[in-house]
Amino acid sequence: MPDLIAKSALGLPPLTHAGTTLMESALPQITAIAPFPGQTGAVGDALGLAFPAPNRVTEAGDARLVWAGRDLAFLIGAAAPDGLPASVTDQSDGWVALTLSGARAVDVLARLVPLDLRGVQRGQAFRTALNHLPLVLMAEGEGAFTLLTFRSMARTAWHEISDAMEKVAARTALVQ
Amino acid sequence: MRLTCPLCGPRDRREFYYSGDAVLLARPATDAPPGAWDDYLHNRDNPAGVTQDLWYHEQGCCSWLKVTRNTVTHEILSVESVAGTSTAGGAA
Repeated sequence: MPDLIAKSALGLPPLTHAGTTLMESALPQITAIAPFPGQTGAVGDALGLAFPAPNRVTEAGDARLVWAGRDLAFLIGAAAPDGLPASVTDQSDGWVALTLSGARAVDVLARLVPLDLRGVQRGQAFRTALNHLPLVLMAEGEGAFTLLTFRSMARTAWHEISDAMEKVAARTALVQ
Repeated sequence: MRLTCPLCGPRDRREFYYSGDAVLLARPATDAPPGAWDDYLHNRDNPAGVTQDLWYHEQGCCSWLKVTRNTVTHEILSVESVAGTSTAGGAA
């Protein structure tokens, strides 16, 4: 096997508007885990992480198990052990991770994501849409989010978010 | 318009794909008379009032949902997962 060079999806510098910063994160290792019927408990035991309820994340150390759909969770930050009673697929190359953080992050996302994100806390994650792009949105804490979307749509996602950031910044400048 | 997905909670209409009348859940037996298949495939009511249809939570949990709604008042009366709750539950 040749030694392949991992390249980032965008290679763009961080972008800041209205005190809110959009950045591309390091390539995450993402493993999709779909437990076989009735095996969510066993999968949780094997991973040392409880299988998350809808819209939740469970975490232990660097490893996070993010609810990503019906009977499906993404394991991020750890490798999946062999022999899980689940369908396990490596999705790492299929996704791009962006972080959006700052005072106006919720206002920026309000223009793109059809959810009320005011008051969401770390431990919550949502499978939803960024305009028309599929999105896994993880709350990292006050005004900070990690956004996972398909790597093939990374430039579109960056464009949509930067556009919304510019509009939020313009509106803020107008009000002052 | 919002639908309350049994898994994801209240979500915007943009996350859902509309698939048509819930009659598709009642597939006739293979030896059913042609009339039953005609009704299943082609004939639809257009009620002013309560109707049931199928929606797919495309930008969410990917569940098929049976939605009961009123076409006159636009009230959503119930949203049920077609496959039941299955094993989708986990730890909060």
